Amino acid sequence: MPKRRVMFTFPPERIEEPVIYLLGRQFGVVTNIRRADVTENRGWVVLELEGADEDIDRGIAWVAAKGIRVDSASGDVVEG
Amino acid sequence: MSYATSLRCRKCGGEYPLKAVNLCDFCFSPLDVAYDYKAMSRRVSRQALSSGPPSMWRYRDLLPVEDPVVDIGTGFTPLTRCDNLGRELGLEQLYIKNDCLNPTYSFKDRAVAVAITKARELGFRTVACASTGNLAASVAAHAARAGLRAYVFIPADIEAGKVVGTAVYGPTVVAVEGSYDRVNALCNRLAEAYGWGFINISLRPYYAEGSKTLGYEIAEQLDWRSPDCVVAPSASGLLFTRIWKGLNELSMLGLIEPVNTHMHLVQAAGSSPIVNAYRAGTLHVHPVEPHTIAKSIAVGNPADGHYALKVVRESGGSASAVSDDEVIAGMKLLARTEGIFTETAGGVVIAGLQNMVRSGVIRRDELTVACITAAGLKTQEVVWDVVQPIVIQPTLESFKERVPAAGTAAEVR
Repeated sequence: MPKRRVMFTFPPERIEEPVIYLLGRQFGVVTNIRRADVTENRGWVVLELEGADEDIDRGIAWVAAKGIRVDSASGDVVEG
Repeated sequence: MSYATSLRCRKCGGEYPLKAVNLCDFCFSPLDVAYDYKAMSRRVSRQALSSGPPSMWRYRDLLPVEDPVVDIGTGFTPLTRCDNLGRELGLEQLYIKNDCLNPTYSFKDRAVAVAITKARELGFRTVACASTGNLAASVAAHAARAGLRAYVFIPADIEAGKVVGTAVYGPTVVAVEGSYDRVNALCNRLAEAYGWGFINISLRPYYAEGSKTLGYEIAEQLDWRSPDCVVAPSASGLLFTRIWKGLNELSMLGLIEPVNTHMHLVQAAGSSPIVNAYRAGTLHVHPVEPHTIAKSIAVGNPADGHYALKVVRESGGSASAVSDDEVIAGMKLLARTEGIFTETAGGVVIAGLQNMVRSGVIRRDELTVACITAAGLKTQEVVWDVVQPIVIQPTLESFKERVPAAGTAAEVR
């Protein structure tokens, strides 16, 4: 199954929502957290997503639509 | 010969063989090349390094590659003492490290030279990168020299004229439609799906090491000492961390005294995630959406931002941002005082340096090196307003009338 390494950055209003749990449940994507730091103001989580490509795409779009930033865990690769 | 022993995770210390892999499987943190410094120290000396070729390859023993290297003449660029600019800014000992003078006119040649050499060594026949300019040109040029196929991915909204300096070397240029975020996502997937050497993804640990040579050169050109201050621009943060690493390696090898350099990082205000984190007092860099004319350093989610911040703190340096107007003023100031035409990232450096001197962050008597990372011909459009020729008729009278400030012919002699 394809895997993708991503970082979610949560705005304060989304920190208390079980976004990662719902992502796994609603889209059939296996989530595997590797690093994270969550405070009351902000949070970020580095995790691996495993599933069908379409499911990962749909899941990421759903997370992003909530105002949560989704980036690659390796940082931006488009350089100057 | 190379003294590289393995790849090591910066966070958890996990070790990996010297292959094309950039992230730790366990914690997804970046991997760095580890060396046998003890063996390296028996081989290198000031004299041995100084008698090497006038290029970055004089430091080959400190890099993770074997012969033959892919050499298009990169490195050992001038470190120029700049008294005119120093007077304007109020600095007694100012030097410009002029990396405009690399073969594809930017510091990226340092990183790419090592990455492409390693790609060939590892058996890759195709290399790739995603870039808006400098990196693309460098990868295409080095791939041409190495006899490798190259794929260069660019965002589709970049003007055609911007890719001439890349396309001329014969790579396959692919313009990707959609936002930068989408281009980023696609390239990460391409890197996984195709067995290419992706220069700034899978080959990133080696790519990173090439940038160290900027630090080595600064120290050697200052007659084997580390400056009091270095001012450098920051996009992904990689170059900034590697200048620091380069200086510290020389010290560890006993070639220079302990490093007391303050590392000052500058970003454009419209793309300053590292500066934001510095000001907020955190070591985590939250991504931003870049909006600046300094496109060569407009990276919203810097891969090495956290580590660049650590260098700022460890070295007692600073991180600051400058506006686009200041960037243009900085470009013009450097050109007018020293005859060096930099692209926007250099304008960021000069403007940032000016602010640091004004605010006392850098003291007047500190020996300061400002790193100019790419040439101005790449971003001419931001200073088009300087083109204001005085139009005259082809007669002496017309010239005298329209240009009275030129004085008399006798004065000119």
